[in-house]
Amino acid sequence: MVTLGIDIGSTTSKCALLKDGAEIIATSLYSGGIGTDSPGKALAEVFSSSGYTINEVACSTVTGYGRGSFKGADYQVSELSCHALGGRLIFPKLRTLIDVGGQDAKVILLSESGKMINFLMNDKCAAGTGRFLEVMANVLQLKVGDLEAVAAKSEKPAKISSTCTVFAESEVISQLAGSVPIPDIVAGICESVAARTAALAKRVGVVEQVCMSGGVALNGGVRKALEEALEVEIAFSPLSQLFGAIGAALFAYNKIQAQ
Amino acid sequence: MAEEVKPARPPADPNSAKYKLEQIVRKHYREVQEAKERGEKIGWCASNFPQEIFQTLGIKVCYPENQAAAIAARGGGQRLCEIAESEGYSNDICAYARISLAYSKVKEAPEQDMPLPDFVLCCNNICNCMIKWYENLAKTLNIPMIFIDIPFNPDYTVSDAQVEYVKAQFLDAIRQLEEITGKKWSEERFREVMAISNRTSRAWLEATSYCRYKPSPLNGFDLLNHMAVAVCARGTVEAAEAFETLVEEYKKAVAEGSSTFRGEQKHRIMFEGIACWPHLRTTFTALKNRGINMVATIYADAFGFIYDDFDGLIRAYCNVPNAINLELARDRRIKIAKDTGAEGILVHVNRSCKLWSGFMNEMSRQIGETCEIPVTSFDGDQADPRNFSAAQYETRVQALAEIMEANKGGI
Repeated sequence: MVTLGIDIGSTTSKCALLKDGAEIIATSLYSGGIGTDSPGKALAEVFSSSGYTINEVACSTVTGYGRGSFKGADYQVSELSCHALGGRLIFPKLRTLIDVGGQDAKVILLSESGKMINFLMNDKCAAGTGRFLEVMANVLQLKVGDLEAVAAKSEKPAKISSTCTVFAESEVISQLAGSVPIPDIVAGICESVAARTAALAKRVGVVEQVCMSGGVALNGGVRKALEEALEVEIAFSPLSQLFGAIGAALFAYNKIQAQ
Repeated sequence: MAEEVKPARPPADPNSAKYKLEQIVRKHYREVQEAKERGEKIGWCASNFPQEIFQTLGIKVCYPENQAAAIAARGGGQRLCEIAESEGYSNDICAYARISLAYSKVKEAPEQDMPLPDFVLCCNNICNCMIKWYENLAKTLNIPMIFIDIPFNPDYTVSDAQVEYVKAQFLDAIRQLEEITGKKWSEERFREVMAISNRTSRAWLEATSYCRYKPSPLNGFDLLNHMAVAVCARGTVEAAEAFETLVEEYKKAVAEGSSTFRGEQKHRIMFEGIACWPHLRTTFTALKNRGINMVATIYADAFGFIYDDFDGLIRAYCNVPNAINLELARDRRIKIAKDTGAEGILVHVNRSCKLWSGFMNEMSRQIGETCEIPVTSFDGDQADPRNFSAAQYETRVQALAEIMEANKGGI
């Protein structure tokens, strides 16, 4: 049985096709989230790359901030539940999932059996999220994907203390004006995101195994800083940005099974 | 395309509690306006100032907190907040305070007008921001401020020393009001007012206790409206009778299995914090659409003052939810959550209210752990519409509903 998950976030759109709730057949990811044509493109690609058609999908679920505006899915589920399901499929012993996406950060606590038992999200400020990294990368004329490699060259991470993205931006500009090496500024930015996320995680209570999902999980600089802040190993999967879509497809499968 | 014609609402039954309660609020504003027009001295009053004082003296007051909530709920919050900010008040200050301070400058708001005061009655058992807010009102309007200091209580009980401290101020407030208004205190009338206030409070607490039934006969958000009467008319016979009518209606609804909550009540939650008045419809609809009814709130306790004598009255005002320590506040909420069978907690992290939101992270964590129920919070504001994100609220409420559903064995 094939099920489909669609995750329309604030900055990206993702799809996943799952076979029998276990095997990932195909995934797709496009830049651009709610309000763009990316959800349609991601959907088209997941079918074209897999060879399956929409008619072969037994059930589908949509998640993410754009879930309310997407018509045509059988179910609409919060991204918290979907990330929890997707994360647990990839890491069967997962207990704490830290999801840092484009505009928010979430820490989800799972029971031993994998049920979501609690969660905490950041306040609506963008500091500590993917948007924060984008703004900072822009100031430094870097690509978000380059931040990890640049941070790795740091010898003495700079201190970025502002909790507001706008203030942090001017702090970064001041550091640049003060001739602080760019790798140190980038490492400081990663540490700043990690510190805010760690505070959130500590409030929920970190139970191992811990993993990260969302676009920011791809940044090894943030992962490393978060591991140090939480003093735990953080599991990583190259599929981390797709946990929401995979979880949505798994939710659809579970619904069919429960019928 | 033809315009959709909404069916006219049937006229409210004049014998219904809803009608009676609405009339009490209207009468409250009308009476204070009429008193002002007659040349009587009228006041603005903090919501937890002992109302027995001015009820006994026959002095009319109105409540800036109620007014600010009404203005915010009717869409005027941002306009008045911006007026206050243009006067130099920080947007970090409580939005009720900003709205009230702005109103004292512009002196009109079509959403909810009220006459300007000749004195202000302040009591800090609800918050300390109120002291500066009322001081500024008194200074800018050049009127006296009567203040009763009820300090935050770090202990589990109210000490005799605290009772003496507050009682002395209570008596002094009477003396000051006699001087300002020329009205005279009557012990006999005071005993009468205490009896009526107790009767009203008992009926209010009984009505709110009907949330414990499954299904609850009331939509929990109803309490947010009814609360205005518990604040502004506790010492009146009309309020007592209206709440007694409400009790009868709930009793009947329980027997019939009906409710003012439309639709199936799938989940029961505790709502913590002041309502997000500017986004009341959004916050309510996200709950209603998922069959989530608010069955528990500390609001019920906040305006239910039960006491036997003068000392008991003072103790009651020292025991209001915002004047007590975390442990006592937590234990009261745990009792409410257990009594009503709350299955989750939704916490409004209210940017306006530093006091309430400040201890809420830790308190709600402890309540959630003790009651073994999930806790979710959202950012908002009691009256400034700029501090709320509907999409984030929706996600958190949906996830809370999914956890509660899973806890019942669903997917």
